[in-house]
Amino acid sequence: MAAAVQPVLETTANVLEVRDLSVQFRTPKGPVMALRKVSVAVPRGSIVGLVGESGSGKSTLALAVMRLMPANATITEGSLRFAGRELLTLPALEMQRLRGDRLSMVFQDPMTSLNPVRSVGMQMVDIQYRDRQMSQADKRRRAADMLRRVGIPDSEHQLDRHPHQFSGGMRQRIAIAMGILEKPELLIADEPTTALDVTLEAQIVQLLRDLRRELNGSILFISHNLGIIAELCDYVVVLYAGEVVEQGPIEDIFHSPRHPYTRALLECDPARIEEVCRELPTISGDVPNLLRIPSGCVFAPRCPQAVDVCRQERPADHEAGAGHIARCHLLRGGANG
Amino acid sequence: MSAQTSEAIVAITAEAATPGFAAGLLRRLRSDPLGLLGLSLVLLVVFCALTAPWIEPYNPFKIRVLERFSPPSLVHVFGTDNLGRDVFSRVIAGSQIALGVGVSSIAIALVLGLILGLCAGYGPRWLDNFLLLIFDSLYSFPTVMLGLTVVTLFGPSLETLMSVVITIQTPGYARLIRTATLATKHSEYILAIRSLGSSPWRVLLIHILPNIIGPILIIASMDIPSVITLEAGLTYLGMGIPPPAASWGRILQDGFDSIRDAPWIVIAGGIPLILTTLGFTFLGEALRDLLDPKLRRVV
Repeated sequence: MAAAVQPVLETTANVLEVRDLSVQFRTPKGPVMALRKVSVAVPRGSIVGLVGESGSGKSTLALAVMRLMPANATITEGSLRFAGRELLTLPALEMQRLRGDRLSMVFQDPMTSLNPVRSVGMQMVDIQYRDRQMSQADKRRRAADMLRRVGIPDSEHQLDRHPHQFSGGMRQRIAIAMGILEKPELLIADEPTTALDVTLEAQIVQLLRDLRRELNGSILFISHNLGIIAELCDYVVVLYAGEVVEQGPIEDIFHSPRHPYTRALLECDPARIEEVCRELPTISGDVPNLLRIPSGCVFAPRCPQAVDVCRQERPADHEAGAGHIARCHLLRGGANG
Repeated sequence: MSAQTSEAIVAITAEAATPGFAAGLLRRLRSDPLGLLGLSLVLLVVFCALTAPWIEPYNPFKIRVLERFSPPSLVHVFGTDNLGRDVFSRVIAGSQIALGVGVSSIAIALVLGLILGLCAGYGPRWLDNFLLLIFDSLYSFPTVMLGLTVVTLFGPSLETLMSVVITIQTPGYARLIRTATLATKHSEYILAIRSLGSSPWRVLLIHILPNIIGPILIIASMDIPSVITLEAGLTYLGMGIPPPAASWGRILQDGFDSIRDAPWIVIAGGIPLILTTLGFTFLGEALRDLLDPKLRRVV
């Protein structure tokens, strides 16, 4: 096998470095390896997109970084370095201090991600519990400022309202305001626009872009929508069935995808279809059952270009350009030997 | 850890103590006639219990054999019983026992149930299993049998009765709260709150507790009358509060023997029981609505 190429830069310039992360779920049917040797880096100040189908492990990766995985999940190997510190060995209390302060998360469905019985102001003041010197009134003012910043008008009055009195788009803005209240170095956004309509989606994407510039933070943006990833992100990581099949700078991935899965994914994006046709293109076949992972390449059963070696041997990572890595046998003897 | 706990408790009591909460309660009750009725009835019972010695027209224990079974009149508003005691005075005196047994023991059971239920629902698995075993063992005792056994061992008294009620009610509340906690702790907003760095104590007291307390409060307030009835039942078996105590159960019991000749005694003993039941039920519903912002009327 060709020597594995270590993905992306490995310096403290990265706010988050996930290396060889494997996550296992215990299920009644046996262990499921939801993530297998996933390596991802988020350079400081950049937006990294994580794209993949449902069940590819996007949210698992996000929750693993937050160390908020369900009880039946365990990290079997790998390392998670955040701002140079290893998160996996961090005591629970230390981890809790990082969350919401230097590392926070926005969830997919704004309808369920806010506590229904607490007013927005109460929830936003509560997040600032670390600051013991600041008065209650100052915390409220800060919450109101942040709400105004994410585009909620008349924010002082909105603090006393409850989540159900807001629309979905407003709620997601509130959730983002909560996530960035302490100006975190890394914000993980787990499909924050999936539950919203297209207009709101564009607004939220614009908001995230502005916030990145203002706060100089980094964002790990999870989505299955390639269009949004292309618009927002600097780097893309393509996840398939728990493995990173390709990652690299946004232009490289969109203009010269090297992995057949990425190519197929791009072909399926309705925005890229030029000819009018009756049916939308799909990738034939299904995501492999994670209880029985194929012995060769994970994508081989659905890959139009698969050859014998693809079904027998696990492919290695091949470098296809600066920071552009694809895990595919077809690249062997290609760009980088 | 303890600093965080106290901080979380301060935060939650601070919210309950804010003028907004009290004002909201009053505003809510003003627009809710049933809630207002419930509050009035409960306050009436509380008022009777607190001022019983001063507002009773007669001594509730004074036996006047010559006046036995006098029907309701201006002299004896609810008539007299088999020993000539003034039933109206006894009903007022009974409110003390009703509140003592009903409200105090339910309140204690509720607090114990909350603590145990939250621990079982949010704590580690072994603690949950251990507490469940205890709840189920206590739960499996037949209420009346347990009451009879305890009363036989320790003698009938108000304290014995209250400890029986607490022992019976606590596991029920704890189980309810445990189930609600389990259901709530896996919801996405709890995950979101944890992702923003809240400690387990803050999650439990500030976010989970207010989400589950509503239904439990209603159940508890509806349990108050059934506890008063339990007291009456045990009194019937001679295992309740010993005579000559003027509990409503005692009044019903005394009146039951002479229901054909002097029905007013049973009626006089039953009406406060019914009114208290309704009062606590209405008040419980109003409280539930106040705690659940979705049911709050938009002003």
